[in-house]
Amino acid sequence: MPTDVLMRLAEALATGAVRVIDLSQTLQPSTPVIQLPPQFGASNPFRIEEISHYDDRGPGWYWNNIALGEHTGTHFDAPIHWVTGKDYRDGYTDTIPAGRFVAPACVIDCSKEAAADEKFLLEPAHIEAWEGKHGRIPKGAWVLMRTDWSKRTTPESFLNMKDDGPHVPGPSAAAIRFLIEQRDVNGWGVEAVGTDAGMAFGFEPAFPAHHLMHGAKKLGLASLTNLDQLPPTGAVLITPPLKIKNGSGSPLRVLALVAG
Amino acid sequence: MPPPRRAKPKHPLRRFPTPTLPPLARSRVALGLTAFAARGVFALQVCRDCGTVHYPPQEACRHCLSARLDWRPQDGAGEVLSDTVLRHSNELYFRARVPLRLGSVRLDAGPTAIAFVHGACAAPPARVRLHAALDRGGAAVLAALPDDEVTTMADDRVLRELTNDPAGRKVLITDGRAAVAAPLARALAAAGADLIYVGMAEPWPPAAVAPYAQIPEALVRPLDVTDSESVTDLAAEIGGKVDILINTAEHHRPRGILARGTESARAEMEVNYFGLLRLAHSFAPGMRARAADGAVAWVNVLSIFALTNFPPHGTFSASKAAAHSLAQGLRAELRGAGLRVVNVYPGPIEEEWSDMLPPPKIAPAALAAAVVAALRDGVEDVYPGDVAQDWLARWRDNPKALEREVAER
Ligand SMILES: [Zn+2]
Repeated sequence: MPTDVLMRLAEALATGAVRVIDLSQTLQPSTPVIQLPPQFGASNPFRIEEISHYDDRGPGWYWNNIALGEHTGTHFDAPIHWVTGKDYRDGYTDTIPAGRFVAPACVIDCSKEAAADEKFLLEPAHIEAWEGKHGRIPKGAWVLMRTDWSKRTTPESFLNMKDDGPHVPGPSAAAIRFLIEQRDVNGWGVEAVGTDAGMAFGFEPAFPAHHLMHGAKKLGLASLTNLDQLPPTGAVLITPPLKIKNGSGSPLRVLALVAG
Repeated sequence: MPPPRRAKPKHPLRRFPTPTLPPLARSRVALGLTAFAARGVFALQVCRDCGTVHYPPQEACRHCLSARLDWRPQDGAGEVLSDTVLRHSNELYFRARVPLRLGSVRLDAGPTAIAFVHGACAAPPARVRLHAALDRGGAAVLAALPDDEVTTMADDRVLRELTNDPAGRKVLITDGRAAVAAPLARALAAAGADLIYVGMAEPWPPAAVAPYAQIPEALVRPLDVTDSESVTDLAAEIGGKVDILINTAEHHRPRGILARGTESARAEMEVNYFGLLRLAHSFAPGMRARAADGAVAWVNVLSIFALTNFPPHGTFSASKAAAHSLAQGLRAELRGAGLRVVNVYPGPIEEEWSDMLPPPKIAPAALAAAVVAALRDGVEDVYPGDVAQDWLARWRDNPKALEREVAER
């Protein structure tokens, strides 16, 4: 590899030959958070309180205190988040090797299917059909499921809670198993509030994108946006979570480098 | 029942009246009258040694000089001996309210008192029932009503000022998901409220908003008391209209103090304590400024567990005790403008987080009726239902004994 590769990247960024795409939602009090039955502990939504605003509390400066759950807004799921990953000493936000925070992404466009069926499930056959057109998913890549779910701007339609549970597209257990066992991915990312399908509480195993992915020390990204601006292959994601000691995840800014 | 009164449209350019208060000077012994009036009870001192009933309040018995005077509830039955109409006053507050009908009332129990006389009372001599009510400054005054169980203070132009009658007024219920909220909205509508704003975090599930679609006066508005931005946004929209704010927002998870971590306790504080504080910051200044222009009352639905900790609901009790303390401070800050803070202390409510508690529990509809009655009667402290009344009696008698009793049940 040529030693000036980073200088050539910097030049490409300066000229616009490589663009930076922001895949993050804006964090605000109305940012939807995952909803659980009320007998379980609840993850806090984003809250912001002013410390001072060029006023008697601080005449020359403006700043806020913020509070939120680790899994609020665009966020990173560490392997330790799930009970299946509980023994990975390098599975916390502060112990995951930093090299895993920069990796290529494969984007599987399911937007038409999700528009037709809010409970659409990605199956191994869909992945193989995608590979037929775009090539095999490389080891260590992110696989992102584009559903255009992020274009649902009200919390109501984004969470899409129905009487039988949330109607939200996601992966089947078989698809997750395929990505782990056959492709050895870096992780799995989605536009919805969590990495699993809305009805995944009834899957076998329940919540496979958590249960299986984290059990295999894979990572997760949820509440992504702008996936429609990414090519099917070739983008590089930058996804460092906050370095929270023993953190199970973290809100983060997800950036994608895209050529052209 | 008379038809509910509707608010007259206000002239948009009419000068905003500046709130004034009745003269406020009450001795500590006279505050005994106020303490009972705050609960809607007319009480007088009764001599333990000779049985003489006293008014005005005394340091010692005027008959036998005994210092053993006990405050005892009275039925208020008596007769107006004479009356007069006051047409001038040097007090700013009264000057804006003349003519005032005043009378001399002799109670069947003995003493004679000067009282406001309801316009519906017949010319003297006439049988009346004497009530103690709080004036806008929070001090007890006496009012004579016809002895008919029907006439209310709200029916009289002057005595209406002693009430916080929801008729014709705009009300904000801060959490439409609380068990009491829908019955409360219905009761307020039946009482003639002009408009009922119903706050709700995430006001979209059809089942959550459905009860309010049936109430023509109700308008659901987004409000999450844990989010400062949400509270200030709603205050910016409707803060200039709210005459009565009823804080029903409550987070309740039954558990003892040692049972779980701090996060559920923090959630209780975020709603029950900080939620009230956020509402106070955003709504109270505007209501205080409008206290002479319609804004009358701020109601907090607290809990009898605020008085003494109920250990099976230990963290919840603590959050309500914090809210109770905050509400006392808020009352002091709003009294100066004549804005009434009404604190309601129900026992366990029939709602999902009290399902493991044995009966009796207060039904949400009964709690709602108690809140509306408290507004109509102008009272300040409300202990609705059997459990609340029982706890209050034991707490007044001996707070330490109650602490021990509830810990050992
Ligand atoms: Zn005596």
